[in-house]
Amino acid sequence: MNTFLEESAYFGVVVSLLSYELGTLLKKKWKLGIFNPLLLSTLFTIAFLLIANIDYDEYNEGAQYLSYLLTPSTVCLAIPLYENLGILKKNWKAIFAGICSGVLSSLCCILAMALLFGLSHQEYVTFLPKSITTAIGMGVSEELGGYVSITVAVIILTGVIGNALADLVFKLFRIKNPIARGVALGTSAHAVGTAKAMELGDVEGALSSLSIAVAGLMTVAAASVFAQLL
Amino acid sequence: MKYIRQFAIILFISFLGEVLHELLPLPVPASIYGILIMLLCLKTGIVPLRSVKDAGKFLVEIMPLLFIPAAVGLITVWDVIQPKWAIYLIITLVSTVIVMAVSGLVTQLVIRHTGKKQEEAE
Repeated sequence: MNTFLEESAYFGVVVSLLSYELGTLLKKKWKLGIFNPLLLSTLFTIAFLLIANIDYDEYNEGAQYLSYLLTPSTVCLAIPLYENLGILKKNWKAIFAGICSGVLSSLCCILAMALLFGLSHQEYVTFLPKSITTAIGMGVSEELGGYVSITVAVIILTGVIGNALADLVFKLFRIKNPIARGVALGTSAHAVGTAKAMELGDVEGALSSLSIAVAGLMTVAAASVFAQLL
Repeated sequence: MKYIRQFAIILFISFLGEVLHELLPLPVPASIYGILIMLLCLKTGIVPLRSVKDAGKFLVEIMPLLFIPAAVGLITVWDVIQPKWAIYLIITLVSTVIVMAVSGLVTQLVIRHTGKKQEEAE
């Protein structure tokens, strides 16, 4: 049975899709931000792999075709961006200020907590690019001498947390403006946050995808300065 | 046929993104170049919106799902993270919430502020 599952070409995709469906059902039932389909489906899939004793590589044999679509899907974020260019032009000062403050608060926050928990320099630079998109973040971590595999894990975790907690954070801090919500999601939780922003609306999605690019590039520059501080 | 053509355009632009990523010595991923190329193509009309819209909306809609394999990949680095997982989780959780709140609040504040100024000017 196990060997069959490990060799099946569709099994990985099916498990991912079914657990996503289950996550969506639970979310509908309990309307709580924590019951986030992405978070739940990740946990279900991990639980399933552990219980059935299936290796990640074997799961990914099929599931990689989902990842394959990530780049084309990201490219298509240009569509809501194009449709909302007017909003972007009208509010560029606020958007730029929001992304700048987000990038700086991210780096300051990591520095403060690295001091608090007594992290080594190598651990500290591993966390510096945690809020930006994986492909840029990996490069930053490598450049600064961090543990790249941990950086990737932390970036994904950041995205999932941002995706799951967005409703709660927006409620708590009374962030109601769709532009502000988009900037907040893209700056704090990159593409995974943008997936959430797209669920909220087109304006949110457009601003979130713009923020990924701008925050990513700003972090590349600012992280090398912050790396000197610890 | 409509979807095949739309999908082909999107994949071609993704490919161009990969080409730029290969050629330019910047730490910018192919997908970000792809967004810029797509935006440029839409803006100049080289690619009209209707010729990518349906397939594009579909791809954007399924985006959260596409992150599952990467997120499940967290289990492959568990051994490395395990000794300090609680600290790492706290750092990630706290900083993500702070960044989201700060960037959202600042954007909202500046929008309100400039909105007021514009009203006064009018």
